[in-house]
Amino acid sequence: MTLAAVADRAGEPGTEKVSRVRAAVQSSTGKGKAMKVVTAEQAAAAETPATRSGVRIGAWGRALLRVVVPPVAGLALLIGLWHLATLNGGGIPSPGKTWDAAVVIFSDPFYREGPNDQGIGWNVLASLQRVAIGFGFAALVGIPAGFMLGRFAVLSQMMNPIISLLRPVSPLAWLPIGLLVFQRADPAATWTIFICSIWPMIMNTAQGVTRIPQDYLNVARVLKLSEWKVFTKILFPAVLPYMLTGIRLSIGTAWLVIVAAEMLTGGVGIGFWVWDEWNNLKVEHIIIAIFVIGTVGLILEQALMLVARRFSYENR
Amino acid sequence: MSKKIVQIEDVGQTFSTKNGPFTALRGINLDIHEGESVSLIGHSGCGKSTLLNLISGLTTPTSGVMLCDGREIAGPGPERAVVFQNHSLLPWLTCFDNVYLAVDRVFGAKEGKAKLKKRTEDALALVGLSHAETKFPHEISGGMKQRVGIARALSMEPRILLMDEPFGALDALTRAMLQDELVKILAATKATMVMVTHDVDEAVLLSDRVVMLTNGPAATIGEILEVKLERPRDRLALAEQPEFARYRAAVLDFLYKKQLKHAA
Repeated sequence: MTLAAVADRAGEPGTEKVSRVRAAVQSSTGKGKAMKVVTAEQAAAAETPATRSGVRIGAWGRALLRVVVPPVAGLALLIGLWHLATLNGGGIPSPGKTWDAAVVIFSDPFYREGPNDQGIGWNVLASLQRVAIGFGFAALVGIPAGFMLGRFAVLSQMMNPIISLLRPVSPLAWLPIGLLVFQRADPAATWTIFICSIWPMIMNTAQGVTRIPQDYLNVARVLKLSEWKVFTKILFPAVLPYMLTGIRLSIGTAWLVIVAAEMLTGGVGIGFWVWDEWNNLKVEHIIIAIFVIGTVGLILEQALMLVARRFSYENR
Repeated sequence: MSKKIVQIEDVGQTFSTKNGPFTALRGINLDIHEGESVSLIGHSGCGKSTLLNLISGLTTPTSGVMLCDGREIAGPGPERAVVFQNHSLLPWLTCFDNVYLAVDRVFGAKEGKAKLKKRTEDALALVGLSHAETKFPHEISGGMKQRVGIARALSMEPRILLMDEPFGALDALTRAMLQDELVKILAATKATMVMVTHDVDEAVLLSDRVVMLTNGPAATIGEILEVKLERPRDRLALAEQPEFARYRAAVLDFLYKKQLKHAA
């Protein structure tokens, strides 16, 4: 008997079950929308129209307050303390003075007046470009290397002592090597990013490969899947969340390191800009740079968190 | 008697552990015939899953001979489909794609896309999950996941269906419902099945033979009970039949009188 014929028969009983499941399915597909509708209906049933809108705005307002107020209060506290600390003058500029300088800087972020005098936008973009190139190469090398280390225990035993030895080294220690090999400052900075980005990607990818549940591999064995299918259908998706964690850690470190590397190598870039403004004794610009560096780092981190959440299957 | 699908001759399994070799199974002799449903039952740790893994080929025995269709079992293969205890669906694939992966592997070489799609749909319809094709495993209940696992196994049209405590992780009501469904599916497909279980009712309800294992270490087959209840079997009707109670009592007697003594 074919499966199709059997299916017709086996499908017969349990219409009740099917409808129950269908109801469950519907509620889960329209999650957000459906739930809102239900609450609105309940509210309508329970209360008169006059109080309803008031209650809803009140609830919304309270939720908004709970989300927005604490961070704003924290920021206000920071600026307040900063203001108090700079009341009596001194080297650190006050919040007001910094704000005025920021308005000037951000009113024209993309000007160019010679190689050493460019807008903050160009500087940030130059740093991001270096990070992207160094990080890209690190991903190209690190992720396949991680897969290899995770898959072959011998390789992992060979490489682990080397990785353990090199990983704690400050990436800046590699800068002179980069300068020696590439003879120019720019690739040397990129090289530094490469070195600091590669370790988390190797380690996390390798860990992801070794942590693939045996069940999934058993499925592959029972089905006798081809190596390519094992990789695309099981290995890669299973390792992806670990890989993304590695990428996130790498980007974080890379963004930390680029500022220091650029201070040493010069050229265009946010790190160089900080050093340049220190030489010009424009401390308010340095503070602005700190905020800019922090903001860009935060955006990079959050963007990768979003991507990671999209591909995380464990917490669902 | 119908054809033997699996022959197990004097099979033993010894694992090497830190404290020296550990004999899990010894002297297992068992034939499984076409269209037959066999349960392996025993106390936990007695090696029932080890025996099932040997049949599936996920592990190979340290002694003895295992044959499937007259050929030695050297490794796993789709003709011996496994339903795993914890469903083992791939979380990044939809229910459809989970089943399709298996269908494509077995029939992809000789059949077109449309035919493969039809096979997948039929397998899901067989377990009553046509409406959940596009769902991901995390979006459906535990019972539904296990049904997709069964659909995946059946979709390969295996020679023999191997189930490792397929309903162990489910609540009692869902388990009963799935058992009833499995009874229907087995009757309809005439599939051969070996199931590991620790549930006496489940063993008697679903099997033609209940293979009872002695306690480990070095477990072996203690008794084999032939269940000669009429099929199709109905859970409610059986509950009142004295024969059903007798079979049940026989298994319980083995598990709790003959084997419990050795347990301590």
